[in-house]
Amino acid sequence: MKMRHPLAHARGLGSAKSGTSHWWGQRVTALLLIPLVIWMLYVVIVYAGQPFQVIQDFFSQTINSILAILLVLTMLRHAQLGMQVVIEDYVHSQPLETILQLLVKLFAFAGAVTGVLAVIRLALQ
Amino acid sequence: MATEKNTPERHQRPISPFMIGPYYKPQLSSILSIAHRASGVFLSVFGSALLIYWLFALSQGAAAYQAAMLWLVSIPGMLLLAALCFAIYYHFFNGLRHLIWDTGRMMKIEQANRSAIFVLSGSFIASVLTIAIVGGWL
Repeated sequence: MKMRHPLAHARGLGSAKSGTSHWWGQRVTALLLIPLVIWMLYVVIVYAGQPFQVIQDFFSQTINSILAILLVLTMLRHAQLGMQVVIEDYVHSQPLETILQLLVKLFAFAGAVTGVLAVIRLALQ
Repeated sequence: MATEKNTPERHQRPISPFMIGPYYKPQLSSILSIAHRASGVFLSVFGSALLIYWLFALSQGAAAYQAAMLWLVSIPGMLLLAALCFAIYYHFFNGLRHLIWDTGRMMKIEQANRSAIFVLSGSFIASVLTIAIVGGWL
């Protein structure tokens, strides 16, 4: 006998109601990161050793500051989703797990604010 | 409790995930899987921090930027960069492997073992090339 309501089965959200969106979020950010990481590797390899003025000129172009902001936000979201699963799997103390999950989200949010602000300041210098 | 006395092995049962440890023979698939997680954690903690540090240092102007970059050319700084270089290539290539699996393809054991060799050699070659280019040897 099936104990689940047909509507719950049709919605397919499971008992926690959030697993599907987490799974999709991890994959969609992964797909977005393919071009963004290729761009980042190109920037780091070509520009990281260059003088400040050359890097600043590069980031003062709008397309490059847009890509840098997209990279920071997508990367931090992907990192937070991944760290969440690792903590869920390996940290078995409930209070510690809650603290770590909150810290990961806090660092991801703080990193996003810092990174976006830095790119804007750099572009407007 | 009585039940615990009768079954002393109760607490020794493997808790998921248990693919690494005494219960399961190490295999290419399981080693690459845990390495994907390890490289992901490493990149999340050090990679994203360094990228944001770099952007923040740039936003502070030329003098502050030069001062902030000094420690990266020390031996520990360069070791960190080399480790991040390998980690990003590995996580990138193995991530593509996972995305292909998500479409239901390449899931036979021989295919998974072959793609594992591709991922490992690809990330090694890409890392050596990148370090050679950045180091000025190429």
